[in-house]
Amino acid sequence: MLQVKNLKVRVEDREILKGINLTVNQGEVHAIMGPNGSGKSTFARALSGHPGYEVTEGEVLYNGKDLLDMDPDERAREGVFMAFQYPVEIPGVNNAYFLKAALNAKRKQAGLDELDAIDFMKVVKEKLKVLHIDDSMLQRSVNEGFSGGEKKRNEIFHMAVLEPALALLDETDSGLDIDALRVVSEGVNAMRSADRSFIVVTHYQRLLNYIVPDYVHVLSDGKIVRSGGKELALELEEKGYAGQAALRHSSGQAGARR
Amino acid sequence: METLVQAPAWVRERREAAAKRFADVGFPNTRQEDWRFTNVAPIADAKFPLASGSFAQASSLIFSVAVPGSLRLAIVNGQFAAGLSDLSAMPKGVRIAGIRDGARDGSDGLEQHLAKVFNIETHPFAALNASHLDDGVAIVIASGAVVETPIHIVIVTGGDGKPVAAHPRVLVVAGANSQVRIAQTFVGVKDDVYFNNAVAEVVVGEGAIVDYYTDQRESEQAFHIANIQAHVAAKGVFASHAFSTGAKIQRHDIGIALNGEGADCTMNGVYLADGERLMDTHTSLDHAMPHCTSHEIYKGILAGKAKAVFNGRIIVRIDAQKTDAKQTNRALLLSDDATINSNPQLEIFADDVKCTHGAAVGQLDEEAMFYLQARGLTRIEARDMLLHAFAGEVLDGLKIPELREQIEKNFFTALARDIAVTA
Repeated sequence: MLQVKNLKVRVEDREILKGINLTVNQGEVHAIMGPNGSGKSTFARALSGHPGYEVTEGEVLYNGKDLLDMDPDERAREGVFMAFQYPVEIPGVNNAYFLKAALNAKRKQAGLDELDAIDFMKVVKEKLKVLHIDDSMLQRSVNEGFSGGEKKRNEIFHMAVLEPALALLDETDSGLDIDALRVVSEGVNAMRSADRSFIVVTHYQRLLNYIVPDYVHVLSDGKIVRSGGKELALELEEKGYAGQAALRHSSGQAGARR
Repeated sequence: METLVQAPAWVRERREAAAKRFADVGFPNTRQEDWRFTNVAPIADAKFPLASGSFAQASSLIFSVAVPGSLRLAIVNGQFAAGLSDLSAMPKGVRIAGIRDGARDGSDGLEQHLAKVFNIETHPFAALNASHLDDGVAIVIASGAVVETPIHIVIVTGGDGKPVAAHPRVLVVAGANSQVRIAQTFVGVKDDVYFNNAVAEVVVGEGAIVDYYTDQRESEQAFHIANIQAHVAAKGVFASHAFSTGAKIQRHDIGIALNGEGADCTMNGVYLADGERLMDTHTSLDHAMPHCTSHEIYKGILAGKAKAVFNGRIIVRIDAQKTDAKQTNRALLLSDDATINSNPQLEIFADDVKCTHGAAVGQLDEEAMFYLQARGLTRIEARDMLLHAFAGEVLDGLKIPELREQIEKNFFTALARDIAVTA
């Protein structure tokens, strides 16, 4: 469903991603790990179409379509979802109103009827329960005054309602205490299915105790230096990131390929 | 001009005094402090002839903005148009008259207040309006009357394609402890050139509560000058909400005098302009007595080469102890060429008061834009959502749901028509 080929990305004047190769098939969960500054968040943001991240080389195919040619909103309507590391506070925009607009934009694209307020609330109430989110969060302005945990939970809630085909989780675990981490992870796990893929970007192995990945990739200095199964995360937990970069050459072709 | 001859002596005297005043001062110019950024020479130079009678599209314009469930008062080219008004559900305690008839019949309050609330010495356009003092509408609310039905004044101006001037006038007298919601909508034929010079005078009695809404959606080629002045007695509450999307040049002078202890007022507005249009708002709050509160929020959205002027004057007189006044002016500039001149003007003579003011000018928050887009909204949908939220604080003050719906619809229409998306 997703093929990333030799992706190079520049932020302002610095090249951050220096040729990423990665293939994600339907239903797979891939974890992208790496130390600070390795480019893992850049990878997620570039895939979501953030205008601050300039693709200088490479190709990304999403269900056979050129993802990089699409505007961020087109990507979203085609089923790509990004859970932000830093969800933006938007005063005056009601959370439910916004989410209804987003869901209907996606439904319209898929040729489905738009949901009215009543049907929308039916969809939403169900998802709220799973994520232990209080109804009141719906009527607040998007992320405004939310605690760190509430923001992350709201991201997963949006994801649950929008039901993406490809979800990018950008350091969703950062700033979460253990209880919030469990709730968020349960929300993600509840959504795992044979036709939905995840790319989970994280610094810590901790999240992967809850969201068990199929593949783990280690990013260092803008390249994938190692790929492996879930046990790779445990190894990193023990040994740390130090020394991973040195393995780059010995690991040969980086990226999970099938 | 038979009607002018028939007017009572006091009307003629006021008209003549105003005419003399205007003859003395003439149109303002940019050397005057209050008009520094607003050049009205195009109005003076055009020498708009006074509109006479109605015009072809008057009734369709009026029905296009009708607010269901409200009383409707139509003013066509400054004249009260009974035939286009709908007073069938006249509530108890409300008396409505065309000013011409009301003045002749000696209706309560007219002689006392008409053209007296506004100080024509300081407002040349109000003097110009009063120099044509003839008709308009007068709304008198009896003491203690709580009027549930909103009163909607529709003010249309046009000359069947010929440029004309009109000087509409509204007088509201709300008796002690009465309550009423009044809206005025200004509308003209798309792209018509005309000069609309309106005055509204509002007298808020002791303990009375008056909401006053203004929807300015004139032709984008029109010149729109409006003066609103309210006098608020002790414990009275007056709220003005103004929404402006039309006119080539708009100048609003909104003045509120808190003349009795414990009075409270709100003075909010949203304006939106593009092209080379100009939106000028001058507000004046006169805290004359102790223990009064005022809340003011103005928000502007400017695109293209649009210009805005916001001048927010607050006077706290020496006796006005325990005044609590708050003023906020914010503007979003959606292009590099749009400009705003924002000027808070605080004159505080009492020593035990709380006065705050803030002004902020910014651009659309691009991180918020991206967030909304990343959830599937197009750039235009995302922008409209953010701009609507920006205006939301003021829109929330609209307490007539049908009117709010209409004003919000017009807001989005104006966004779609005027405000190009900046890439």
